[in-house]
Amino acid sequence: MELCDRSAAELGQMLSKREVSSREITESVFRRIDEREKTIHAFITETREEALNQADLADSRFGKGNAISPINGIPIAIKDNLCTQNIKTTCASKILNNYIPTYDATVVKKVLEEGAVVIGKTNLDEFGMGSSTENSIIGPTRNPVDPERVPGGSSGGSAAAVAAGETILALGTDTGGSIRLPSSYCGIAGIKPTYGRVSRYGLIAYASSLDQIGALARTVEDCAILLNCICGHDRLDTTSSTVKRPDFRRCLKNGIKGIKIGLPREYFVEGLDFQVKDQIGKAVNLLKENGADIVNISLPHARYAISTYYLIATAEASSNLARFDGVKYGFRSNSDASDLLGMYEETRSDGFGKEVKRRIMLGTYVLSAGYYDAFYLKAQEARALIKKDFDTAFEEVDCMITPVSPCIPFKLGEKISDPLQMYLVDVYTVSLNLSGVPGMSVNCGKVDGLPVGMQIIGRPFDEETVLRVGYAYEHMAY
Amino acid sequence: MKSKRKDYRGPSLKESQRITEKEVQHIARLARLRLEDSEALLYQKDFNAILGHFETLQELDTEKVEPMSHILETKNVWREDEPDKSKNTEALLSNAPDRKIDYFKVPKILEG
Repeated sequence: MELCDRSAAELGQMLSKREVSSREITESVFRRIDEREKTIHAFITETREEALNQADLADSRFGKGNAISPINGIPIAIKDNLCTQNIKTTCASKILNNYIPTYDATVVKKVLEEGAVVIGKTNLDEFGMGSSTENSIIGPTRNPVDPERVPGGSSGGSAAAVAAGETILALGTDTGGSIRLPSSYCGIAGIKPTYGRVSRYGLIAYASSLDQIGALARTVEDCAILLNCICGHDRLDTTSSTVKRPDFRRCLKNGIKGIKIGLPREYFVEGLDFQVKDQIGKAVNLLKENGADIVNISLPHARYAISTYYLIATAEASSNLARFDGVKYGFRSNSDASDLLGMYEETRSDGFGKEVKRRIMLGTYVLSAGYYDAFYLKAQEARALIKKDFDTAFEEVDCMITPVSPCIPFKLGEKISDPLQMYLVDVYTVSLNLSGVPGMSVNCGKVDGLPVGMQIIGRPFDEETVLRVGYAYEHMAY
Repeated sequence: MKSKRKDYRGPSLKESQRITEKEVQHIARLARLRLEDSEALLYQKDFNAILGHFETLQELDTEKVEPMSHILETKNVWREDEPDKSKNTEALLSNAPDRKIDYFKVPKILEG
């Protein structure tokens, strides 16, 4: 087994025992990138030189016996909508194709302070808007399991890099499923924490009331390790929570005896691929055999989630993306527009991709006079009902299990020309963002050679249970 | 508190499917975008399909539901207004598409 295929937990131990150096691990990752990146296309920017310097710094710390954290010396990839000081941050958009942030996002600062080795910036659907990582100025990322298929999105670059051994850990963001869907499609583990658990400072906003940063890795334990590092209150993000973070790694081995797991019946109805359904069923049975208590529950407003989500997300996006005007940073159309308004219009028309323009216009429409009550206000009311469904269900159960996606990874180009079909891929993931609750994708085998992800949903600020169930399942199944 | 007309039922399915090309162009202008006629036609088709799907929300009885704009209890967060060192001006300005000395430069706004 190559170093780049091992888990962060295992590599961390090897580093502590001085059996391996961070430079060797980092070089192993870059060798894998050289082999596979041409096909997979997971990175927008690679930072080899800085990475090797960071690795050497980590090695000197290990040499002196003062390593600083469990991710010290471990390679990590960062989604390209998270600001990195002096490293180009593009959101996979032409409009930011030359943007060099003057500061690090809080999560980036945290992983650097803990001594991780940043190896590059990963591909995404432009501004996080998409479910396949096809909407990118640099072209699509491919699924390492089957390069004819999409890796899921929008954190498709991060998920594909982890799955291919092109990194050990990755940071992603999740507004409607953008960590969980690619984790499911690439067969890895990925967690979207509770809204407020992680500071969003330095995350280039898509829909601020839904956006959350999280972790992608090959094992649940590695997700816990990375989550330990990135959580916490930040005065630069007033929505970040002051709730104290537990040690996510310590809770993993508590087992699942007596844990009450709910299966929301609305998530297992028509529209779900029967093979995916079977696969989730098998996983649930295994958990039951090992002592979990399985209960059927209901989330009655589940069918309204997609509409509610796309109304709220596009409305917020239309406002957030108003800042891209070709004045302070990024791209400006070089046509000779004689007035300011013309310059704005040409810059934005030329700088944004098709899907981003679609969402900006939808959002503008649903917020406009005459449609606000019918669409936007209605969606906010539906959001309250969807949230209440979760509150009620969590009075009865400790966590829930559902599929992550209604289908197996689809082929490149299959859904790109039909936006509504693409939106419907998010049917099982968006409710969590609307309700702010944590969720994780854990691989539960394959259908036709393609990975299936199981979604574990927890109470607000109870990532511990989510991780515990995920870890227990991983160890029963593999 | 929200203000809501009691008799309000939202537009009928038929009505919202009548988003015209002209309306699409109007929205584009509000969003500071410029569309070719052929693009506007494609977006019109997409929007009709998507808005048609959104119509399912009209079935919901939300008369007694307070709209939720945010998952957290939203309250303002204050801090002391203390002067702080600003970021490096040069690094910030070097991202600007056009500049003059230490200013962002834009096309002329005022005539004369």
